[in-house]
Amino acid sequence: MATVIIPTPLRKFTNQTAKLQVAATTVEEVIHSITLDFPDLKKHLLDDQGKVRSFVNIFAGDDDIRDLQQEKTVVGESTVLSIVPAIAGGTSF
Amino acid sequence: MIRFDDSAREKMLEHAKLDFPDECCGFLYGTEDAEGARQVLETAVVNNAKTGDKRRRFEIGPKDYMQAERYAAEKDFLLLGIYHSHPDHPAVPSEHDRVAAQPYFSYIIISVMQGSIDHVRSWRLNDEARFEEEKTETTHFHQSI
Repeated sequence: MATVIIPTPLRKFTNQTAKLQVAATTVEEVIHSITLDFPDLKKHLLDDQGKVRSFVNIFAGDDDIRDLQQEKTVVGESTVLSIVPAIAGGTSF
Repeated sequence: MIRFDDSAREKMLEHAKLDFPDECCGFLYGTEDAEGARQVLETAVVNNAKTGDKRRRFEIGPKDYMQAERYAAEKDFLLLGIYHSHPDHPAVPSEHDRVAAQPYFSYIIISVMQGSIDHVRSWRLNDEARFEEEKTETTHFHQSI
């Protein structure tokens, strides 16, 4: 069971749960599982093509999955996945 | 409604002045009561990780964000939101602010005009992903300090 850390702004969609235990073998399966259990999460995690949104980072331990095998990154019993919203802004584009 | 502990607010405003004319950014930690009223007890300075024009943009690195979540959990605080400054611009969210904004978070924007604090306003996304102003205990620097 991989552990998924839900960031504070998205906990309203997981009944205020901060950590989820998910039976899965890849990041893709983890995302599929948690968006099935918590459908309101989906639009915050995935774009219209079903890919992880550009404003969402997913870390396996301390590693960005973009530096690993992206959604195909393998997860195990001891894997801690953190969903990390990209925080950015400014006066203009 | 979002209220600030005086020292937390002062630290945030000093940061905005110190980093002028660049944008500054940081985290808001505190509590929320059953009616949804928020109290900011601590603010934390964070490095503006934006490469390029920091006068118009800010970015918080993912590892700084992860550390902020851990800190909030350790202290039994809520991570209530983010503050950032708009140097020589009003304390109103830009389209860039809106596109990158997260639900739930309070977004404090500090307008710094020619190096001095002008306005401090708070904004939150509504269910239609549009910003709505969140009432603050005081909104004008000269009335609040």
